[in-house]
Amino acid sequence: MSDASTDPDKIEGPTPDNAMRAAAAADRDDGPMLAADGTPLKRSLARSLRVQKMRALMLIAPLLIFVLVTFIAPIGDMLFRSVENQIVSETLPRTTRALADWDSTSGDLPEERVYEGLFYDLFIAEARKEHTRLGTRLNYEQTGMSSLFRRSGRSLDDVSDIYLDQFEDLDEAWDEGRPWAELMGDPEWIAEQEAFDAAEDEGQMPRFQLRDGIEDVLPRAASTYETFARFAQVEDEDSPLDEEPWGLVHTALYYDLMEADVASYDGPQADLLQAADAAVGGFESVTFKEGLLEIDEDWGSTETWTTLQMYSPDYTSGYFLNAVDMQKTADGPALRDADERIYGLLFQRTLFMSLVITFSCIMLGYPVAYLLSTLPARSANLLMILVLLPFWTSLLVRTSAWKVMLQQQGVINDVLVWLGLVGDGSRLVMINNQFGTIVAMTHILLPFMILPMYSVMSTIPPSYVRAAKSLGATNITAFRRVYFPQSVPGIGAGSILVFILAIGYYITPEIVGGTTGTFISNRIAYHISSSLNWGLAAALGSILLVVVLVLYWAYDRIVGIDNVKLGG
Amino acid sequence: MKFSKTLMATTALTVAAAGTVYAAAHAEMADSMTLVSWGGAYQASQQKAYVEPYLENNSDVSISWDESSAEAVAKLRAMNEAGNVTWDLVDVVAADAIRLCDEGLAMEIDHDESLAAAPDGTEASDDFGDLIVSDCFIPQIVYSTTFGYRTDMVPEGAEAPNDICDVWDLETYPGKRALEKRPINNMEWALLCDGVAKEEVYDVLATEEGQDQALAKLGEIKDEVIWWSAGADTPQLLADGEIFMGSTYNGRLFSVIEEQDQPVGMMWDAQVFDLDGWIVPADLPEDRLARVMDFLSFATDTQRLADQAKYISYGPARESSAPLVGQHAELGIEMAPHMPTDPNNAQNTFLYNYEFWADYRDDIDAKFQAWLAQ
Repeated sequence: MSDASTDPDKIEGPTPDNAMRAAAAADRDDGPMLAADGTPLKRSLARSLRVQKMRALMLIAPLLIFVLVTFIAPIGDMLFRSVENQIVSETLPRTTRALADWDSTSGDLPEERVYEGLFYDLFIAEARKEHTRLGTRLNYEQTGMSSLFRRSGRSLDDVSDIYLDQFEDLDEAWDEGRPWAELMGDPEWIAEQEAFDAAEDEGQMPRFQLRDGIEDVLPRAASTYETFARFAQVEDEDSPLDEEPWGLVHTALYYDLMEADVASYDGPQADLLQAADAAVGGFESVTFKEGLLEIDEDWGSTETWTTLQMYSPDYTSGYFLNAVDMQKTADGPALRDADERIYGLLFQRTLFMSLVITFSCIMLGYPVAYLLSTLPARSANLLMILVLLPFWTSLLVRTSAWKVMLQQQGVINDVLVWLGLVGDGSRLVMINNQFGTIVAMTHILLPFMILPMYSVMSTIPPSYVRAAKSLGATNITAFRRVYFPQSVPGIGAGSILVFILAIGYYITPEIVGGTTGTFISNRIAYHISSSLNWGLAAALGSILLVVVLVLYWAYDRIVGIDNVKLGG
Repeated sequence: MKFSKTLMATTALTVAAAGTVYAAAHAEMADSMTLVSWGGAYQASQQKAYVEPYLENNSDVSISWDESSAEAVAKLRAMNEAGNVTWDLVDVVAADAIRLCDEGLAMEIDHDESLAAAPDGTEASDDFGDLIVSDCFIPQIVYSTTFGYRTDMVPEGAEAPNDICDVWDLETYPGKRALEKRPINNMEWALLCDGVAKEEVYDVLATEEGQDQALAKLGEIKDEVIWWSAGADTPQLLADGEIFMGSTYNGRLFSVIEEQDQPVGMMWDAQVFDLDGWIVPADLPEDRLARVMDFLSFATDTQRLADQAKYISYGPARESSAPLVGQHAELGIEMAPHMPTDPNNAQNTFLYNYEFWADYRDDIDAKFQAWLAQ
């Protein structure tokens, strides 16, 4: 068979033999080892490996992208919420800036400029309907914030109307959109807006532009008017030319005029402005602090401001502290009151009960898996169907069935009373407690234990045990020293599966767990769907994830993940 | 979006081709709508009282239900963040409506403009009156959370329980109780039975001592309580004889007593009124919004609200509907005496304090859950 064309020594080109020969030759030359085509062997190998890797990657790419997009990214996004806190600085930008250097331990209330910032921020937030959202957020940290923000939002007009009314009394023009637009707006923008209004088109309005220089004369009023005008254009789709500005703009104008000198101002509406400037000195006014305290006295409590300051940063550790039964205080993190600590207890209980459930699954599942693997195929198949049957039944149905079985007027208690084992008055309490959860969850998770055990056990040759016995081992010794060690990988796989499933369960504990048999996941579900405190839910979820990963790591160190087999 | 536009266009064309004037007025309305409700008998009553009559006049509309009201706030928030709100009209309890309004997830409604006036011309906002607890909320029904008890388990010689404090009287009325697994209502009842005057309950509950006092009072019966989280739990527990008495929604008890004929009695004392109604999700596209508002105006008129009471024992939210409440559609019994608002039943009542619980919910719930877990 070794003619000229197939003899390895005769073939030219990049074959393994030629490569070795070339390498040997290269060795003799003391240069780098070369592949058959003359490139260094190392690079050549790396290239062919890279191509293989790329091909493998391409093959799994659809799955990888799917998992990344639909699983990892949403989870990452959710977990990120556990530290995210931009809502405070976004809703109250001026307040948080001004509050930054307030000393919460001094016992004094913040200065007037903080109240001024708060008034502006709240007014704008109220127009955007964002203040109540912030109130809900802060209410997680301090009781009463929710109604404080809602009430304040409703009553801000009480303060701004003081100025609005006085400007109006002075000159009706202050009550109209047009004079304001001329005072504040860029003439070019006014022309464009007029053209747009006349055309009555759908579509985007020409974006409002401040007139050059007006910001230097009236800084506060210009910036608030700009906010108002853009808001009117985008949210309400009204032309700022026809819209009377918010009372906030009048308020800002009052403070500008009190400070600024507009005698030399000669732009549009100069007469109107100068007349107002002459009059504002006699205006009735309240400070922002007085105004806000009038609206709600909680603005005069340092506690409110401490909370606001503490939660001003864009990222917060507050949710995580809360998740480990601690809270932020002015002197750093501190434990919560004993009667509010719950998460530590729930984490412990979740871990403990998951371990108990895993252990009872092993105890119940091992004999079944052994039986399955030793019975003849016909009966084993029948038994297998029985094991798989629960998978075809809804989880809720299986859990509710346990209610019927275990409750005090339930099947088991009835049988026991009928047999005379327990008195009618002292029926056993087997549900709405830990016992109920353990029983129901063991039943539900049992197949996840049996299946990996079975697949490992069915690969253990029966001849090994026979050999052990023929060498004089008793039944027990043969099982203990020969059979059991070989079935351990199945136990390991089943345990990991059951334990990790158990730790995240919440439907079953919710239905049969009562108060002592609920898991941490029940609280997570509560915070996601009822209290809407997604930040806290995310923090609790992150901790749970870390706990599971640590346990997995410990398991790998102790048992070794290579000793886990799901089959053959 | 494109698909639904094509669908809309096709429908409009078909209807126009049929030569009806109708099409002109309705062309800009979407032809399908997703309503969200609670499922069960309540949703069925809405289907019969609102949806079926509406479809008789608008046969080209298809209406589908989503039974998600219990998680409506969380789901709406998620939909809003994902930028794809698939619901058109959502049935929620008033407290959730307030929260949705606070979060900017529900649309503010001008009640007089959007809703039909009463037959005598009373404006909608006056007809609903104080029940409009939020600008986003369109009330439908008044329901109450109250107690039911097993009539056959009342000890011999004892009167049937008729006082909220009988819940705490384990000597006269032994047996388990079912209470909801949340502080709302339970805390109020506990204080009431611990000697706090009705008017002062919320002032007391706002203090740490008051909260501890309420928990201590609940502690007296803690061992005898099964805590429920779904409205169907208590009726089931009562029917099984698992508990002696338990709190739940009055409509559920009506169904156990009258429809399923169980030996269960109603205790109306200190019932807590609450409201349930519609909200419209914020930022709906125009065609869908037009359809929803058309339906809404129909479904909340005086007659429709009164009709709903034929199927379930919840009181209509309009004052003008009350005199129209008639007999049960199948059982033929008068519904008025089964309404929580009936004068005989409403001798001692509470109204869910929305403002208080919006503030204290997070705080008291943390305490309550910690107390439960101990």
